[in-house]
Amino acid sequence: MGTQLSQYFPVLMLFGVAAGFAFGTLAFSVIAGKVGRRTRTKDIPYECGMLPEGPGSARMSVKFFLVALLFVLFDIEVVFMYPWAVNYRDMLKTNAPLALGGMVSFLGILFVGYVYALKKRAFDWRS
Amino acid sequence: MFDWLNYNPTAAFVVFSALKIGIAFGVVMTMVAYAVLVERKVSAFIQDRVGPNRTAPPLALKIPFVGRFLQGLGIFQPMADGLKFILKEDFTPSYVRTIYFWLAPAIAVIPALLTIAVIPFGSMLGSEKMVIADLNVGILYTFGIVSLGVYGIVLAGWSSNSKYPFLGGIRSTSQMISYEIAMGMSVIAVFMMVGDLNLSRIVEYQSGGLHHWLVWRQPLAFVIFLVSAFAETNRLPFDLPESESELVGGYHTEYSSMKFALFFLGEYANMIASSAMMVTLFFGGWQPLWGAAPAGSVFAGLTHILWFLAKLVAFMVLFIWVRWMLPRFRYDQLMDLGWRRFIPLALANILATAIGLGLYSLASN
Repeated sequence: MGTQLSQYFPVLMLFGVAAGFAFGTLAFSVIAGKVGRRTRTKDIPYECGMLPEGPGSARMSVKFFLVALLFVLFDIEVVFMYPWAVNYRDMLKTNAPLALGGMVSFLGILFVGYVYALKKRAFDWRS
Repeated sequence: MFDWLNYNPTAAFVVFSALKIGIAFGVVMTMVAYAVLVERKVSAFIQDRVGPNRTAPPLALKIPFVGRFLQGLGIFQPMADGLKFILKEDFTPSYVRTIYFWLAPAIAVIPALLTIAVIPFGSMLGSEKMVIADLNVGILYTFGIVSLGVYGIVLAGWSSNSKYPFLGGIRSTSQMISYEIAMGMSVIAVFMMVGDLNLSRIVEYQSGGLHHWLVWRQPLAFVIFLVSAFAETNRLPFDLPESESELVGGYHTEYSSMKFALFFLGEYANMIASSAMMVTLFFGGWQPLWGAAPAGSVFAGLTHILWFLAKLVAFMVLFIWVRWMLPRFRYDQLMDLGWRRFIPLALANILATAIGLGLYSLASN
C-alpha cells in the first residue's frame, strides 16, 4: 500500500459516502416528504410579497467580475509560493541568497501588481 | 477471527479505511446536529432566553428525573428538526433551472464533508494512523476541496432565477474567493517553519506541550486564518450572503425541505472542517496540553482523540459565540478588510518569516 495513488483510495470512498448521503437524503425526502401542491402564488419568485419585475438574474456590478479576475491572478501566485515555502529551510542550508532573493523578487513583482490594482481603485467598493 | 486481515494487507487497508470513514462521518454528522442545538442554546443564553426545552419523544418523559432534565437541555430537538426537514413539503418552483436547482445543495454539502479526509484526529490506535488519508499534499487537497464549495452556492443563487438568491450567490462567491487568497497566504508562513505540507507532520512538529504550538510562533498567520475562516464559512460577522435583513435568506431563499437542510448541514460541516484545520495547524492537533509524545497504548490513542475533539469543540463554541456578539460588516468594509488589510499583512508575514528563518539558520551555522 506504499504507492502514491492508493493513498487517495480512502478519499474516493469518502466521496462515495458523502455523495451517497447528499443524494440519498434528497431522494428520501422526495419519497417520504409531503408532495408539494403547486399554486399560482407559490410559483412567483419570493420578493417579500411584491410581484417581481424583470428577469430573475438581473445585471450585476462590474466590480464582481474584477474580483474574479484578480482572484485568478493572486491565487495562482499563492500556489507558486507553496513549493518554495516547503523547501525553504533546506534551501537555506545550501544556497541561502538564492532561496530568499528569488522569492523576494517574486513577491516584489507581485506587490507592484497589487499596488497597481490598488491605485486603479479596484478594491474601492464605496465609489 | 480477524486472521485474514493479517494475510491480506489490501483487504485490511480497505476495511480499516471504511471503519475510519464510517466513524468520522458519524461523529461529524452528530456534531453538526448538536452544533445547531448548541447554537440555539448559546444564543438563548446570550440573549437571556431559555432556548429549546420542550421537545421530547413520548416515552422519554417516563424516565424519572433524567427524562425531564434531557428535555430541558433540548437533547431531542435535533431529531425532531431532522424529521421535520425530511417530512416537509418539497416544493420546486416552476421558474427555476431545475437540474442545477437540485444539484446545488448536494454540491454545497459534498466538499464540506470531504475536507475531513486529511485531518489527523488522533495519533495511533493499535497500528492504525488516525487519519482517513495521510496525503503528502495535505493542505493543498483541503484548499482545493474547500474552493469547490463555492460552486454549490453560486449554482443555488443562479438556478433559483430570483433576485435575492442571485444577489446572495454573487456576494458569497466574491467574498469566498477574496478571503481564500488571504487564507492561502497566511498558512504559507506555517509551512516555511515546518517544511512539509502533510498535516500529520505539522502536528508532530508541535509536540511537547502548549508552548510548542504554532500559534505562538505565527500569531499573525493565525489571526488572518481565523478571520478568513469566518468569511469562508459565511458566518457572522461576515454573513452577507444570507443577511436576513436585506436578502431574506440569500442563496437559499427559494429552497425548502431537505434541500434547504443540506445547505445548513454544509455550513456547519464547513465550520467543523475549518475548526479542525485551525486546531491542526496552530493548536497542536491531537497533542495534549502538556508533555507526552505519542505512546503506543490504546489508552493513549484514545486520549489523543479526546484532546482533538475538545479543542475542536472549543473552536465551535468560539464560532457560535462570535456570531451572537458581533454585528454584521458592510460589504465595502468586508472587501476592504480582505483585499487591503489582510493580503499585505499576509505578504509581510511571509517576508518576516523568511528573514527570521534566514537569520536563525545563519546563527546556528
